[in-house]
Amino acid sequence: MKKTSDSRKRTGGRRKPASSPRKRKDEVAILVGTRKGAFIYYGDASRRSWRVDGPHFLGHIINHIVLDPRDGRTMLAAARTGHLGPTVFRSTDMGGTWTEAVRPPMFGEPPEGMAARAVSHTCSLTPALADEPGVWYAGTSPAGIFRSEHGGATWSEVEGFNRNPMLPKWAPPDNVAPDDDNAPPAANSGAAFGTVLIDPRDRSHMYYASSAAGVLETGDGGASWNALNRNVEANFLPNLYPEYGQDTHCLAIHPRNPDRLYQQNHCGIYRIDRPSDEWVRIGRNMPPAIGDIGFGIVLDPRHVDRAWVFPMDGTTVWPRTSPDGKPAVYETRDGGESWERHDRGFPREHAYYTVLRQAFCGDGFDPMGLYFGTTSGELWVSRNEGRSWTQAAAHLQRILSVEAAML
Amino acid sequence: MMRILIPSQLRSYTGGAAEVEMSGATLDEVLRRLDAAYPGIRFRIIDELERIRPHIRIFVARELVRTLDVPLRAGDEIQIVGALSGG
Repeated sequence: MKKTSDSRKRTGGRRKPASSPRKRKDEVAILVGTRKGAFIYYGDASRRSWRVDGPHFLGHIINHIVLDPRDGRTMLAAARTGHLGPTVFRSTDMGGTWTEAVRPPMFGEPPEGMAARAVSHTCSLTPALADEPGVWYAGTSPAGIFRSEHGGATWSEVEGFNRNPMLPKWAPPDNVAPDDDNAPPAANSGAAFGTVLIDPRDRSHMYYASSAAGVLETGDGGASWNALNRNVEANFLPNLYPEYGQDTHCLAIHPRNPDRLYQQNHCGIYRIDRPSDEWVRIGRNMPPAIGDIGFGIVLDPRHVDRAWVFPMDGTTVWPRTSPDGKPAVYETRDGGESWERHDRGFPREHAYYTVLRQAFCGDGFDPMGLYFGTTSGELWVSRNEGRSWTQAAAHLQRILSVEAAML
Repeated sequence: MMRILIPSQLRSYTGGAAEVEMSGATLDEVLRRLDAAYPGIRFRIIDELERIRPHIRIFVARELVRTLDVPLRAGDEIQIVGALSGG
C-alpha cells in the first residue's frame, strides 16, 4: 500500500490544538483507554491533582493507548468503533494531532489448511527495546501478533506465530474472552486477548500472554514458539494442567530481574523463576475468603519480590467483582509468600468494581504510584505504593486500559 | 460518475464531505477508488476477507447488497450506512 500519512491526519474528534497539551510542570501522564474514547490525565510528582486532556476519539473503543518510553513523545492508540473496523492511530505531540496507520494490523492469506481470519481489534501495543527504536508489537483478536518497524505506521504479521500450524490449537475459535464487549465476535473470530512482552536483555526472547493459550515463549524473535504453562491450572478444561489452553489474564516480567515473571491467571496468581519452566501458585497464600482471582498484576521495578493485585470474586457464577463489594488491593513483599490488604480510601461496602487486565499499572516514582480504572468508569490513584487510594476521575465509560507514562 | 453517500462515521476521511463522486464497474472497484482518494476508509468498512463489516450496510440504488461483486450502472447511488444497536 503506497500511501502518505499526511493524507490520513485525524484530530480524534476534537479541535486540533496549536501545540502539545502537555504543560511544563507535568511529570506523569496517565493514559486511559475506554469504550468510548481516550483521556490523558496529567500530574506533577506530588500526584495530588490531575488535569484531564480529552476526550480523544470520542465514541471509539480504545483498547490500549501507550506512550513510547524510548522517545517520550510517540503515542499509539488501538482503536475501533462498533461500526468501523480496527486501526491504530499515532501521535507525536501528546495527542495534539493523530495520524492513522497506513497499514493497520490485518491478516494476509493463510497457509493451506488454516482458516482465513480478519482482525476484530488490536488488544495490546508493546514498544520494543531501546535498541530497536520505532519497533512495536501488537496483539490482536483473533489471536495474532503484528510488528511495526515504522513507529506504528505500517504493521506486518509475525508469521512464525500467525501462520504457525499450532495456532488453531493454541487459540481455538470458540474461546471468547473480549475486554471489549462492543466488538461483535465475528464467526471464527476467536476473540481472545493477547499481548507481547520482551526480555529487556534480549530482543529475540519474548513471551506471548493469551487468554486462550496461556503463556508462549520464543527465543528466536518470533519465528518459533513453545508453551510455558507447566503447573498452571485450567479448571475449565478436562485436563486441569494441559500443555497449553490456560487463561493468562496478565503477564508481567520484572525489569531488573527478567528471569522473574508473575502472572494473574483466570485460575490464580503465579510466579516463575527461569530457567525453571514450572510456575508456582503464590495465590494459594492469599486469604481464602478473598481468593486469588483477578485480571491485573503490577510489579515494583525496584524490588523483585514485590507485586500488587486487585482480587475479584471468582466463586459460584464468577461475578468478577470486588469480593463482598469491598474493593482492596493486595500487596506482596516476599514474592507471594504472604499478602497484605490495602483498602484505605475505597468505599467500605457495595462497591462492585471490576478492573480489567490492562487497567492496573504503576509509575516510576519513588514512592511508587499505582493506578487502576474500573469498568464503571472510575480512575483510582495511590501515591504511596498502595497504602491509600483516592478517586481521580469518575463517570467515564468502561475503562479498558490504564498506562502511566513518566514525562 | 456515481454519487456515494458517506455516513458521519466516515467523514473524517472525506474532509467532512457527506457525498463524493466516484466511478467504477462494480462496487468493489468503486470502493477501491474511494480508498485511493481517501486512504484507509475501505478497511474501516470492508475486512481483509472482503466482507462488509457486521455493522455496516451498503445500498446500491436503494437495494441492500451483501457482496462487493455487484455490477453498477451509470447513475447508481451508493449509500454507506453505519447500523449499530445497543449502547
